[in-house]
Amino acid sequence: MNGSLPTAATPQTIEELMLQALAIEREAVARYEELADMMATHNNREVAELFRQMAGYERHHVEHILAEMGWAEDMVTPRQGGMWTTPESPEAVPIEEMHYLMQPWHALQLALAAERRAQGFFAMLAAGARSEGVRRAAEQMRDEEAEHVALVESWLGRVQRPADDWALDPDPPRYID
Amino acid sequence: MNDMCPPPVLGAGDYKSDYKPIWCPGCGDYTVLGSLTKALAMLQRPPHEVAVVSGIGCSSRIPAYTTCYGFHGVHGRALAAATGLKVARPDLTVIVAGGDGDGYSIGGNHFLHACRRNVDLTYLVMDNHVYGMTKGQASPTTEPDWDNKLAPGGTGLRAFHPLVIALASGANFVARAFSGDPGGTAEVIAQAIRHPGFSFVEILSPCVTFRPEQRQWRNAVHRAPVAETDDPARAARRIMTDDGFNVGVLYAGSRPVYDRPRATSATLADLEQEFAL
Repeated sequence: MNGSLPTAATPQTIEELMLQALAIEREAVARYEELADMMATHNNREVAELFRQMAGYERHHVEHILAEMGWAEDMVTPRQGGMWTTPESPEAVPIEEMHYLMQPWHALQLALAAERRAQGFFAMLAAGARSEGVRRAAEQMRDEEAEHVALVESWLGRVQRPADDWALDPDPPRYID
Repeated sequence: MNDMCPPPVLGAGDYKSDYKPIWCPGCGDYTVLGSLTKALAMLQRPPHEVAVVSGIGCSSRIPAYTTCYGFHGVHGRALAAATGLKVARPDLTVIVAGGDGDGYSIGGNHFLHACRRNVDLTYLVMDNHVYGMTKGQASPTTEPDWDNKLAPGGTGLRAFHPLVIALASGANFVARAFSGDPGGTAEVIAQAIRHPGFSFVEILSPCVTFRPEQRQWRNAVHRAPVAETDDPARAARRIMTDDGFNVGVLYAGSRPVYDRPRATSATLADLEQEFAL
């Protein structure tokens, strides 16, 4: 998205930072669950299961933040406007990238890009932090995202790269090409 | 029971039903559903005080995916049904949803008059410039040169300009949003619901099956560079001269909302008398 988007609100306190982190992780859980449902509906069970697993990892992150901050499960996160510089949360996989015939390799590529965006986002917050405590906490979040990046990269090494004609459907839904 | 117990805070999930959408993977309508539920959560309007009315088409499936009251009606007639509902039940928040084919072609005349009547409705049009459900025919908002097997070389027809038409017909609130910006879209929908009168929100929602090139909308969309206006002439100039990818509230007017005084209802006995054989 172009134009004058709001700049990410730089958190001044650890609580503000963790509220942003909580919002990001919740958005990621919701999106991965949505993608899993979407693929399950279209009978792509393997990719659905993979997205379900990713949602589980992100949920652990949510639980970790809530536990660390002593917040209740229904802790309300602030509205996203101004919290990040992209239209969607950095860790959300864009819905329009989905394809009903996509394979685990595609799903992991999208997840990898999302994790890298989240890593970059927290690195940006760490670089802009005005207090040592906020900087350290942002760096910790950045490092946790880096662990996710490494995890997804290791999964990618274990799945087969799809053939060039992976999207070929002998009975396609469209006939306008 | 403790009467002092505060009402529970409603989250977006409280507005989503257990039915899973069957839209194509990648369809923009998924995020519109998410934005609608977020908007309702922002407003904390209980689901039983909201009705979602639709016509026919992919996007018109949306009422079933919410926990609000729903009416999946006749092709192009969502606004007619919703108008009747709102007039009969002004206490309800009535949201009308559909696509560009349903709203601008089959229901085009209803669109004009809904704008003109200015009944307090919020109309969300998920515009993908194509009839998706029926396999990719050109719709009123399709570009004239969109080349495909069903219209080789394109239709050559000028595309319908819904925002200008809404404004000229009397809509009290006109906005454009993009499904790839779910937070921004939720804010616009919430603002549209809060605004009195007929609020029209055109939501660019890619159809990745029949218009895969619409994935690039993400790179074309930008926030409207100027604040909303209550001057229809200024709004019309902006809308007529923009590139079709400005998102945000473009017009918020103050026209009187339709509020016809309701005649005293007849008693049941009167009605029985009327229908007596």
